[in-house]
Amino acid sequence: MSRDPTSTLLEVDDLRVTFPTRTGRIEAVRGVSFSLGRERLGIVGESGSGKSQTGRAIMGLTPPQAEVTARKLAFDGIDLLAASPRDRRALRGKRIAMILQDPKYSLDPVMSIGRQIVETLRTHERVSQAEARDRALAMLEAVQIRDPARVFDLHPHEVSGGMGQRAMIAMMLIAGPEMMIADEPTSALDVTVQLDVLGILDRLVSERGMGLIFISHDLRLVSSFCDRVIVMYAGKVVEQLAASELGRAQHPYTRGLLNCMPKIGADRHPLPVLDRKPEWAA
Amino acid sequence: MTAALSVDRLEVVFDRFRALKGVSLEVQSGESFGLVGESGSGKSTLLRAIAGLAPVASGSITVSGKKLGARRDKAFYREVQMVFQDPYGSLHPRQTVDRLLQEPLAIHGFADGEKRIQRALDEVGLGTGFRFRYSHQLSGGQRQRVAIARALILEPSILLLDEPTSALDASVQAEVLNLLEEIRRRRKLTFLMVSHDLAIITHMCERLMVMQSGEAVEHLTAADLVERRVTRDYTRNLLRASEGFVRTA
Repeated sequence: MSRDPTSTLLEVDDLRVTFPTRTGRIEAVRGVSFSLGRERLGIVGESGSGKSQTGRAIMGLTPPQAEVTARKLAFDGIDLLAASPRDRRALRGKRIAMILQDPKYSLDPVMSIGRQIVETLRTHERVSQAEARDRALAMLEAVQIRDPARVFDLHPHEVSGGMGQRAMIAMMLIAGPEMMIADEPTSALDVTVQLDVLGILDRLVSERGMGLIFISHDLRLVSSFCDRVIVMYAGKVVEQLAASELGRAQHPYTRGLLNCMPKIGADRHPLPVLDRKPEWAA
Repeated sequence: MTAALSVDRLEVVFDRFRALKGVSLEVQSGESFGLVGESGSGKSTLLRAIAGLAPVASGSITVSGKKLGARRDKAFYREVQMVFQDPYGSLHPRQTVDRLLQEPLAIHGFADGEKRIQRALDEVGLGTGFRFRYSHQLSGGQRQRVAIARALILEPSILLLDEPTSALDASVQAEVLNLLEEIRRRRKLTFLMVSHDLAIITHMCERLMVMQSGEAVEHLTAADLVERRVTRDYTRNLLRASEGFVRTA
């Protein structure tokens, strides 16, 4: 597998996701375009901005009633929209992985953590049970779980949120994906645990030269973690900028979003609020 | 000045688990007091124990000079009201806003319900257009406004706020925080507010208590926090975490 750092992994051009509803068609994503190399890209937006639906469309997890169109949606040269469900299934988990928000809901509650990781590995690679176990244990160690052998046999309800999310990361990384989509991977965790999990994610992503799409509502967190940030509003990209340039954001929505959060040491009463302009959504 | 609310060596035990281990605090009338800590630190349990929603094993709670018994009477709820974290779970899904707001009025036998409902809705910036809607027809921010209106309609003097904005978007959070501050100023309310977010607590509160596994770790003023005058590593960690991710080279 070639891991050329300059190559483009994912190309998204004019992505649209439309949901038919009783009251008409709702366009959740309206013409989103970006490309991803082996870098950390943040997608930020508030609820309903279409950030999660963008991630799901790339992953191929859009609900069946919805319609996904794009001028181009290609992963490593593979046209994702033209690919058969079988081909997409082979990509999912093997080359593209996804971490979801809450490990409480995204892990199988009736299967031990170790078995879930082994299952992922054996779905994508022909390895013996013993080797799969060894690799799962090594992966649990890589996500800084102190006693991998014990955690291997635990069920998801027996571990904390932070531990569950580490297990989730281990499961997603075991097949060695080239791209990872993390949808609010730390929002359900305590702030201090959040940083541990981000640290692990950061190290693994840079060591393995993966491309990462980090979806979050937290603009400040994303900008401290990612190389580049896309800001979405009402299904559209309103601004794209380097994370280090966030202070010089142009769009009033980005600036409003940055501004409205309480800061330690900033004495602002009342807090500035967002004055939503209809033309932002136009 | 007597304390609006004081808690003395409070213990809460669930089965054998000690959720609160002898926590004491005092909130002056008109003050806004914050509780911070990680999940499981007991900050919400403390709030719930005050509201009568958690089993108190020992210790005492005093509201406006009156010591509370095992059961809360109606007079207590006239004085102390609570706003919960999740506006999606704390409003009855099959009641209109009007019905939701009428309930506390009916329980406490208020005659001028009509006027009070209108005033409460105005006060939280919703207007009467929302009065006959169901909660599923409202956004998260609007729901939390209804929850605040419900808490205010009995004109309490103390508001218990359990992560009132953590389920909301950042821009909506700012609106709700502004609303809470404005109401506190206008009605001279006392706030006891729980949050995991230090920035929100320093913004809203004058004093705060840091909690960890059921114990009070540190008492601070908001100014201490701003100046980083903290003595405990636990608090320092929380402070560092609130600054976002820092890449270690």
